[in-house]
Amino acid sequence: MMKDHHVYLDYAASTPVDSRVVESMLPYFSQIYGNSSSAHHHGRQAEAALERARERVAGALNCMPEEIVFTSCGSESDNLALRGAALAAHQQRNAKRILITPVEHHAVSHTAAQLQELLGFEVEFMPVDAHGMLQVEQAARMLNLDTALVSAIYANNEIGTINPIAELGRLCRERGIPFHSDAVQAGAYLPLDVQKLNVDLMSLGAHKFYGPKGVGVLYIRRGTSLLPHLTGGSQEMGLRAGTHNIPYIVGLAEALTLAQSEREARGQTLRALRDELIHQVLTHIPDASLTGHPQERLPNHASFVFAGVDGNKLLIALDIEGFSCSSGSACKTGDPKPSGVLLALGLPPAVALGSLRITLGSNTTAADLERLIPVLVGTVERLRQLENASPVA
Amino acid sequence: MNASKRVVVAMSGGVDSSVAAILLKEAGFEVIGMMLRLWSEGGKNAANRCCAPDAMVKARRVAAMLDIPFYVIDAQEAFYQTVVSAFIDGYTRGITPNPCLTCNRQIRWGVLLEHARAFSADYFATGHYARKMTGEEGDHQLWRARDEHKDQSYVLHVLNQADLAQSLFPLGDLTKSEVRQIAAEHKLPVADRKDSQDLCFLAGKDYRDFLRRNAPATVRPGPILDQDGEVLGQHDGLAFYTIGQRKGLGLSTPEPRYVLAKDSTQNALLVGAKEQQGATRLEAEHANWIAGKFPEGDFQAWVKIRYKAAPARCTITPLDEARFQACFQHPLIDITPGQAAVVYRGEQCLGGGIITSSQS
Repeated sequence: MMKDHHVYLDYAASTPVDSRVVESMLPYFSQIYGNSSSAHHHGRQAEAALERARERVAGALNCMPEEIVFTSCGSESDNLALRGAALAAHQQRNAKRILITPVEHHAVSHTAAQLQELLGFEVEFMPVDAHGMLQVEQAARMLNLDTALVSAIYANNEIGTINPIAELGRLCRERGIPFHSDAVQAGAYLPLDVQKLNVDLMSLGAHKFYGPKGVGVLYIRRGTSLLPHLTGGSQEMGLRAGTHNIPYIVGLAEALTLAQSEREARGQTLRALRDELIHQVLTHIPDASLTGHPQERLPNHASFVFAGVDGNKLLIALDIEGFSCSSGSACKTGDPKPSGVLLALGLPPAVALGSLRITLGSNTTAADLERLIPVLVGTVERLRQLENASPVA
Repeated sequence: MNASKRVVVAMSGGVDSSVAAILLKEAGFEVIGMMLRLWSEGGKNAANRCCAPDAMVKARRVAAMLDIPFYVIDAQEAFYQTVVSAFIDGYTRGITPNPCLTCNRQIRWGVLLEHARAFSADYFATGHYARKMTGEEGDHQLWRARDEHKDQSYVLHVLNQADLAQSLFPLGDLTKSEVRQIAAEHKLPVADRKDSQDLCFLAGKDYRDFLRRNAPATVRPGPILDQDGEVLGQHDGLAFYTIGQRKGLGLSTPEPRYVLAKDSTQNALLVGAKEQQGATRLEAEHANWIAGKFPEGDFQAWVKIRYKAAPARCTITPLDEARFQACFQHPLIDITPGQAAVVYRGEQCLGGGIITSSQS
């Protein structure tokens, strides 16, 4: 209500559902509503939609339909991949090391931490550079017979850096170590050909690429051992029990197909806007730096740190001025903790607190960003004065 | 007429601040709700009474109903460094501090007001019962609330002209029952919490337990003396007694004995008979005069020596920039160093200071 036109610049958090996707979903609420596991006519209708969706997703990822498992979200896919592959590796070859990067989404890092705390796995971190990019050569030296699983994020949610996962995947493949990648942020903008990416497991969530919230995918290369973590019926090859959410699965397939077919065009438009945004911010705001890789980053993604600024206050101030943005440490309850990802880049905690993430998408216009710049410049300046004046900083 | 004016409302999820937000919204302000996240003894999971998780949910719901943005501002560290540490330090020094005053000065009209200014707010509003008036010279004045049972000007006497210039107290002209009625009319999902004397940051109910856990230096036994200096017994630490207290002294004197004063230099608790209680003079320091000017010469006034005390007639004598003396017509039995002596002339709150001593 704040402003007549509140600008959304948080597409990495979620995206509006594409109208074509909504259209594709609609028949599956009230017209085709059977349970895909039922043997009758209505069940077969639903099952047909499910398997059609699976084929479309397989087409987008260049894999076989039976390698696709539908889940409730990207986080669930990450959980299934890590827990499932780690438990299987432990059961089959008594391997207990899990390698991840220090810039993983919590869906990966917290799952790994739980495996360490409860089940005796050892979590080790592959090194990243100051841009948050995985150092493959150093990571390669950490691979051994005791490695149960390797997981590396494809494109980072906070800083946008794209990792060379295909290289790491190849090294894992040579050694017979299952390799997972969290591709949730990559889904909208990066190639997802699992053959070229050398992944054995890959997670996606539909709402990051203009699909609905509440549905995700885990790609599981044939031959990759996984123990189920949601047990019950035999849906999804017994890996993920639970009645299929047909309308959402259909929506995911449509959204993913659109995202991959329109990928180049979407990326080009946003990259131009994004590059101009970064240029303007770095030109007009002193003591501002880009976080993440300057080139190898998601085309819609700009992330910064502003020295001497409290990122939470910055978000509030921008919201009040009519811009919905994000920060690595954003938290509704106001608990100020620097982001673990930014600390992993080597930023001091005080600097990491001044983070801002601006992610563009389908409705972003050059005019929106032109309006943002003076607001951002003024807000950062005002907040810096506040920090300096504060008696109880 | 207030269409372009932006106001930050300090929201607690309770009925008062929620109604304050409603009234401002209806008056045409651009209203922004904010809540502070404060330090609590038990760590993150313990609920500070001023910002418990359920209160946060309530405040969010009220904000959503009013279609106003709502933000939580972290002040845990600042709250601990100012309010809690001053509380511990005060009790350790043998006085009875009032943390709500420190909180209003340093946190509400400190951290929160600074945020409001950073977000370009024109005003900062709270659900306090008090009135802001304008004097003949255009000065900002603090007046008692119309509902004298709810008046909270006592805890607001720490404000200065700059604070008041930006402050709004939308409830100042309303009674509590009128406020409740407005809440009911708007079907507000607010908690009608009982007014509590408990301090918001205690994990338990008793400040004494808090001190034992967090300020072990206050557990310092010493003598209980009568006015002749005779030892009548032993106390557990001055912090665990209040002026005027009779019960729990563990004395076996034939007549009841009351705490008259605390002598922190001797670490002694001074007690006496009922008729020995009372003092007619107090001295206060860290004076804040809301007008921003130090009063010249003696003047007649009314002073409240505690939040809930009745105003007592007295003569105020300014001693220097930061100190004053109040001489009462009738003795008061519970003048307590560390509490505020707040000065009124009629309905107007002139300011106040922290009591340092009392004399008969």
